[in-house]
Amino acid sequence: MTQGINDSLVAGGEPGIEEELPQVPGKKIEGRSPLVLAFARLRRDRAAVISFWVIVAIAVMAIAAPVFGLITGHGPNHQYRDPGALSAAGLPHEPSGRFLFGTDDQGRDILVRVAYGARVSLVVGLGATAVTVVLGVLVGLVTGYFRGIVDTLLARVIDVVLAIPYLLFAISLASVVGHVNELVIILIIGGFGWASVGRIIRGQVISIREREYVEAARSLGASDWRIIFVDILPNIIAPAIVYSTLLLPVSVVAEAALSYLGIGIQPPTADWGQMISGAQLYVNSGVAWWYLFFPGMALVITTLAFNILGDGVRDAFDPRSDRLFAK
Amino acid sequence: MIRFLVRRVLQGVVVMFLVTVAIYLLFFMGSPMAVARRLAGRQATEDLVLRIYHNLGLDEPLYKQYGHFVWRLLHGDLGHDYYSGVPVTTVLKQAAPITLSLAVGSAVLWLIIGVSLGVYSSVRARTFSDRALTAGALFFYSTPVFVLGLALIFVFAGKLRVLPFTDYVGITQSPWEWFRHLILPWFTLALISAAVYLRLSRSSMLDVLGEDYIRTARSKGLSEGRVIFRHALRSALTPVVTQFGIDIAVLIGGAIITETVFGLPGLGWEAVHAIDNQDLPLIVGIVIIAAAAVVVMNIIVDMLYAVLDPRVRLH
Repeated sequence: MTQGINDSLVAGGEPGIEEELPQVPGKKIEGRSPLVLAFARLRRDRAAVISFWVIVAIAVMAIAAPVFGLITGHGPNHQYRDPGALSAAGLPHEPSGRFLFGTDDQGRDILVRVAYGARVSLVVGLGATAVTVVLGVLVGLVTGYFRGIVDTLLARVIDVVLAIPYLLFAISLASVVGHVNELVIILIIGGFGWASVGRIIRGQVISIREREYVEAARSLGASDWRIIFVDILPNIIAPAIVYSTLLLPVSVVAEAALSYLGIGIQPPTADWGQMISGAQLYVNSGVAWWYLFFPGMALVITTLAFNILGDGVRDAFDPRSDRLFAK
Repeated sequence: MIRFLVRRVLQGVVVMFLVTVAIYLLFFMGSPMAVARRLAGRQATEDLVLRIYHNLGLDEPLYKQYGHFVWRLLHGDLGHDYYSGVPVTTVLKQAAPITLSLAVGSAVLWLIIGVSLGVYSSVRARTFSDRALTAGALFFYSTPVFVLGLALIFVFAGKLRVLPFTDYVGITQSPWEWFRHLILPWFTLALISAAVYLRLSRSSMLDVLGEDYIRTARSKGLSEGRVIFRHALRSALTPVVTQFGIDIAVLIGGAIITETVFGLPGLGWEAVHAIDNQDLPLIVGIVIIAAAAVVVMNIIVDMLYAVLDPRVRLH
């Protein structure tokens, strides 16, 4: 069965301290797993629940992006050249009945492009987080469990990856790869993110592998891999879930940052980072606020919602950590 | 202490070695021939391209090129910029003060803002001002540098026209203009990082304030100010110091996005352009600085632990 690890996951604290779950006397004691308990706590966290629905709304917007195109009658990449979309001087048109969020420097509908941009953001955000966590957990399990030469070698690799300026290498990799699509970006972000997760999971595994039940499994003749995946893995599911939610906003921002620097998703595909980079032309002169505002807000709202949800998930798994919005 | 230092420095050297090897491998996974082609110009004959390729030493086996690089590095020579022919050390000497100005200024700001608000928040925990601060911090924490930077430029440089938005003026040239040109980049970085430090110092202070020795200090009759600043803050600063070490190291390696937003030709900006041009010597030079910053800061942070927390022993 699952053992209750309620180690302080992120906000400091030494790993390896067990905490008794509070039990109400007189009630029949049900065997509820930490996952179930955490989920129940999460559902009582109002800020987290609201954030969750905000994220659902953004996901719906991403899936239904073509609907935005149908309703407005504007394709995401269609460039409107008439005076209602682009001024005579070639400046973007402010929000109007026809273009609710205004147009960009090519006379494209920003509303439709923001909706399409959510697709790249969410797909890369989720994908990169998944790659990061899966790699990090695997490396953490192997290094933490086997110690010895494997551990020493991989620990050095982790050091190297952490010492590498992540953006520099991401840019270099993107320029080496040449043709950049969503998958390449997912692999680039995940390929650098795993080291920090790996280091933390390793710490947890080191403390878990000394526990009695691991000792028991070993004396029963269980193989190393069985111990790793059957006895240890279930106990690091909780930190893995917490890290996943905390990493989601990081991945979303990383994707937008790469696109902002011009090395992410290539135009004309609509992407928030790229739109913001396009708006840079106008900020110095203080015109076309909508060009920066709408994609910028879409990005901020998405990361904010993921951050609040991430905090909620961490608190739910670790009730001792102090809450963001105390009830 | 000395054994600790020696061991960590040796480990750091190994890490730096691996990082530079990684860059070389990455570079040659791309197309080094493109460098020669770009240098030769559009009308160049294939013969000329090959000659340039040879002159740059790019046709030698990879291990030999790397060997030359290490040999030169040991003599303090990082090679020359492929395109301008300027020594890489000269380029770095020009770019580093810009990045350093950016990093130091914003670090001072975010430490002051973040830690003081964090301590205030922890002392006033669960009150309205605590919640307002925490919510505000979460907002800035969730705002990407390029969004906040561009928004600040839009308001202060574009609309109000009170601050310049781009370019860098050396501090020796005009301290006042240097200051004015850096206000927006400083605040952009500082507001976002201060949010991290507020959250970090708040939760760390709350942990410490719950400890027994704080109760002891209070029951001795010490003033609240003394309890908070002398007894609590000192050990609550440990996680803050860790984070600070990492952040400063990353910034010194080049605040790529901030420098791009504000058009500051610092290390990060140079790096992006060097990568664009596949200018290997310059790329390696910047990465060495960046990786060294991480390695050195990690050692300093570990040593600071011992200073801040007498329970920590280095070994």
